[in-house]
Amino acid sequence: MSEPMKSGPPLAPRMDRRLAIKWMLAAGAGALLADSLAFSAAAPAGPTPGQAEGYGRDADLVKEHRPGDFWPLTFSEAERRDAAALSDMVLPGDDRSPSASTLGVHDFIDEWVSAPYPTQANDRKLIVDGLGWMGTQSRKRFAAAFADATPEQRLSLCQEMAQPAPAGSGPVAPSKFFKRFRNLAMAGFYSTPVGMRDLGYVGNVPLARFEGPPADLVERLGLTDEVKW
Amino acid sequence: MFRRPHPMAFVTPSSVAEAYDVIVVGSGAAGGQAAYTLTMEGARVLMLEAGRNYDPRTETPMFQTPNGAPLRGAPTPDKPFGFFDATVGGGWTVPGEPYTNASEDESQQFQWYRARMLGGRTNHWARHALRNGPYDFKPHSRDGLGFDWPISYEDVAPYYDKVEMLIGVYGTNEGLENTPDSPEGCLLPPPKARIGELLARQRGRKLGIPVVPIRRAVLTRPLDHEAIPAKLHPGNPRAQRILAEDMQMRAACFWATSCGRGCAIRANYQSTTVHLPPALATGNLDILTGAMVREVPVDAAGRATGVVYIDKATGNLHRAAARVVVLAASACETVRLLLNSKSNRFPAGLGNSSGLVGKYIMDTVGASWGGQIPLLENLPLHNEDGAGGLHVYSPWWLYKEQRAGKLGFARGYHVEFGTGRGMPGANAPYVADPDGVTRFGPGLKEDARRYYGSQVFFSGRGEMIPNADSFCELDPKVVDLWGVPVLRFHWKWSEHEVRQAAHMQKTFADWIEAMGGVNRRKPAEDGTRAIEPGGKVIHEVGGTIMGSDAATSVTNRWSQTWDVKNVFVADGGVFASNADKNPTLTIMALAWRTADRILDQMRRGDV
Repeated sequence: MSEPMKSGPPLAPRMDRRLAIKWMLAAGAGALLADSLAFSAAAPAGPTPGQAEGYGRDADLVKEHRPGDFWPLTFSEAERRDAAALSDMVLPGDDRSPSASTLGVHDFIDEWVSAPYPTQANDRKLIVDGLGWMGTQSRKRFAAAFADATPEQRLSLCQEMAQPAPAGSGPVAPSKFFKRFRNLAMAGFYSTPVGMRDLGYVGNVPLARFEGPPADLVERLGLTDEVKW
Repeated sequence: MFRRPHPMAFVTPSSVAEAYDVIVVGSGAAGGQAAYTLTMEGARVLMLEAGRNYDPRTETPMFQTPNGAPLRGAPTPDKPFGFFDATVGGGWTVPGEPYTNASEDESQQFQWYRARMLGGRTNHWARHALRNGPYDFKPHSRDGLGFDWPISYEDVAPYYDKVEMLIGVYGTNEGLENTPDSPEGCLLPPPKARIGELLARQRGRKLGIPVVPIRRAVLTRPLDHEAIPAKLHPGNPRAQRILAEDMQMRAACFWATSCGRGCAIRANYQSTTVHLPPALATGNLDILTGAMVREVPVDAAGRATGVVYIDKATGNLHRAAARVVVLAASACETVRLLLNSKSNRFPAGLGNSSGLVGKYIMDTVGASWGGQIPLLENLPLHNEDGAGGLHVYSPWWLYKEQRAGKLGFARGYHVEFGTGRGMPGANAPYVADPDGVTRFGPGLKEDARRYYGSQVFFSGRGEMIPNADSFCELDPKVVDLWGVPVLRFHWKWSEHEVRQAAHMQKTFADWIEAMGGVNRRKPAEDGTRAIEPGGKVIHEVGGTIMGSDAATSVTNRWSQTWDVKNVFVADGGVFASNADKNPTLTIMALAWRTADRILDQMRRGDV
C-alpha cells in the first residue's frame, strides 16, 4: 500500500470555519454512538447546505471551474485529510496512474456534498456522517486520525466498511457510506485526463477519419461479416 | 418593401422596423427553417426569441473535460443533461416561467423541457433525423386509432429531400418497411459502427431485429456546395451564392466532442449553425432576442396584425407588425400563445373555434434497459468517440405481427443504443462487486480497466397515439413573471403505450442475453413501471393539429389556422400523430413547406 499523504499535494487549510465548526459538532455527536454501526439512525443531520445558489442556467461552459467556485465547501481540515486518505485507499497509486488525492478527488467529493442540489444533498449526510464515524472509529481503535493511522490500520477499517450489510441488521450506514464514497471517488478520478488515460479512454482528440474498431478485434469477436459500411 | 431604421441583423425594441412581411415567433428547428426559406426567397422577416443571443462558435465547450466542470459535469436541476449540455436558460423548469399539472398523480403529469436561447432546443438535440414513413401520415386508416394527417408522405417527401441536403444528414437507404429511402444526393456516408454496435447487430439478427445506420444531422464530409444550392433555390442565384458560401464555412465532423454540447465548427445541425447564418446574410432577417411574445392581436376584420411582446430586460410591452405571423415557439408554447390571444372576435383564444387548441399533446414513449457484456471486456485501446452520438439503430421491425394483432399494442418503436468507450464523467465506471463486497484498492483500478466499454444501453422510442386525456390549457390562477397565464397539463398514457414500454424492456433483456450478458433483474411486466413520464423524451407535438376540416382540427393542410388565414403554425403543434421517428426532421420539412405556401400566398396577395 502506498503512503497517500506523502505522495499527495500539500493539503492547504481552508476558509469557512463557520461551516467547519458546525460539521465538527455534528461529527462529535456521532462519536457518542461510536459503537453503533447504524450511525444514520441516530446521528443528527448536518446543517442543510446554506443559502448557496447553484451555478444557474447560464454558466460559462468554456471556462475551467474548480471546487469552491460556485458554492462554499464543507469539509473541516480533519475531514478533508481523512477524505484524501480514504480516497487513496480506494484508488491507490500504481504503475499506471497516481493516487486519487493527487488528482484532487477529495476536493471533488467535498464540492459534491456541498452542492445546493437534491442528489448531492442526499449524499451530504451520508458522506459527512460517514467520515465522522470513520474518524471516531480510528481514534478509538488506533488512537489516531484515519489519515494518521498506519496503512494496515486503514486497510482493516476499510475492509470492515466494504462488507455488505448483514441481513436484518437495520440501517448499516458504514457500508453504504463506503460504497457511495468509493463510487464518488471513482467518478472524480476517472473524469480527469489522467484517470481517463488509465481507464483506456483515448478519445477527445480531433481526427481526420473515424476508422471504427481495430480489424483484429473485429475478427477476434467474429464480427467481420457485420462490417457493412 | 419596408424601410429599415438601420441595417442591423440583431435589433432592439427601439430599432425594430415599422412592419415586416412575416414575423416568426421562435428560433429553433421550426423558426429557423421558416425564417431561412422566407428570407432566402426575399421576404423581410422579424424573428422573436424569448431567450438570449447565443453563438455556438465561441460558447461551445469543444474539448473541455469534466474535471473543469462543477460536479464533474453531473446533471443538476440547472443543467438536466449535464454541465456541458448546450441548453441555456432552460431545463425542466424555467425560473419565472412556471407551468402546472392538474393531477397530483405523477403518472398523470407532463414534464416540459424548454430552452431560452437563440436556436432553442436545436442546440442540444440528439441530431436524430428520421423521416416519417407513408404509414405514419395515415395511422387511422391502418388501425382505426388516432387521426390521419390531411397530407401524405408524398406531400412531404420533397421537403425531406431539401432539408436533408441543407442541414446534412448521414445514413443509408435500407429499403425497409415504412422507413423511407432518400433520393441520390441527399445523404452523407454513415460513420463506421463501433464494436458493441457490431455485436448488437450480429446478435440482434437471431431475434429478428435489424440494426442499420441511423440518420443524424452531422456532416461526415463537407456538403456539396456546388450542387446543392441550385437544387434548393432554383432560379434564385443570390440565394444559391449565399448558401454556397455558408456551406463552405461548415466543417466536417472531426470525430470528437459530444453533439449535445453544440458544435463550434458547425459540423452538426443547430438552427444557429445552419439556418440563421445564411438567413442573416440575406439582409432580410432581423432577430430580436429577449422578447417573449404574449399575444397575437387581430384587427376588426379578424386578421392578425403582428404580435405583442414583452421585452424581458425591461418588462415593457411592445408591438411589432407584419402581414403574416408564423408561430414556431414549440408545440406547447404556441398553444399558450394562441390561448392567451383573446379578443372580442376570438374570446376562446385565436384559432380556437374548434376548441381544440391544446388538445392531443403527444410525446414519445420511452423505456430503457442496460447490461454488461463479458465479450466486450478488456478490449484493446481504441477511440470510439465517432460522430458524437449514435451510429446505428433499429427501425421498427414487427409490422406484420402488429397487423396480425399479436402484440397487444398498435404502434411501433425504434431502438437507440449506446455502447462503448465514451468519455468518463460524473458516473463511476462500472465494476462488479462480487458477494456485495465493495471493491477497493489496487484491484479496483484493474477491474475498472477490465469493464470499461463493456456496457450496452438500449432506449426504446415509440409512437404515442393521441388521446383526449393528454392536453394542456391555461391555468385559471397561475401566471408567469410578467402576469401572463401559464399552461396546465393533463396527461395519460393509454394501454397501447404502456404495453409497448413493457415490450421494449423484454426485448432489450432478451438482447442483452443474446449478446452474452446477464440480466441482474427482470424486465417490468407492468409497463407503467418501465415507461418514462410524459414529456421526458422531449418530443412533444400536437396541440394545434392539422386536419381536413375546421371542426376537427386547428390548422389546415398548410399549417394555416382555419380561423385566421395569416397565422401559421410551423412547429410540431400541427402533428396529427407522433410516429416513433424523432420529430425534428419532420418539423423542418413542414416548416419549409409552410414557408413556401406563405411566399406563394403573399405573391398572390392572399395574405
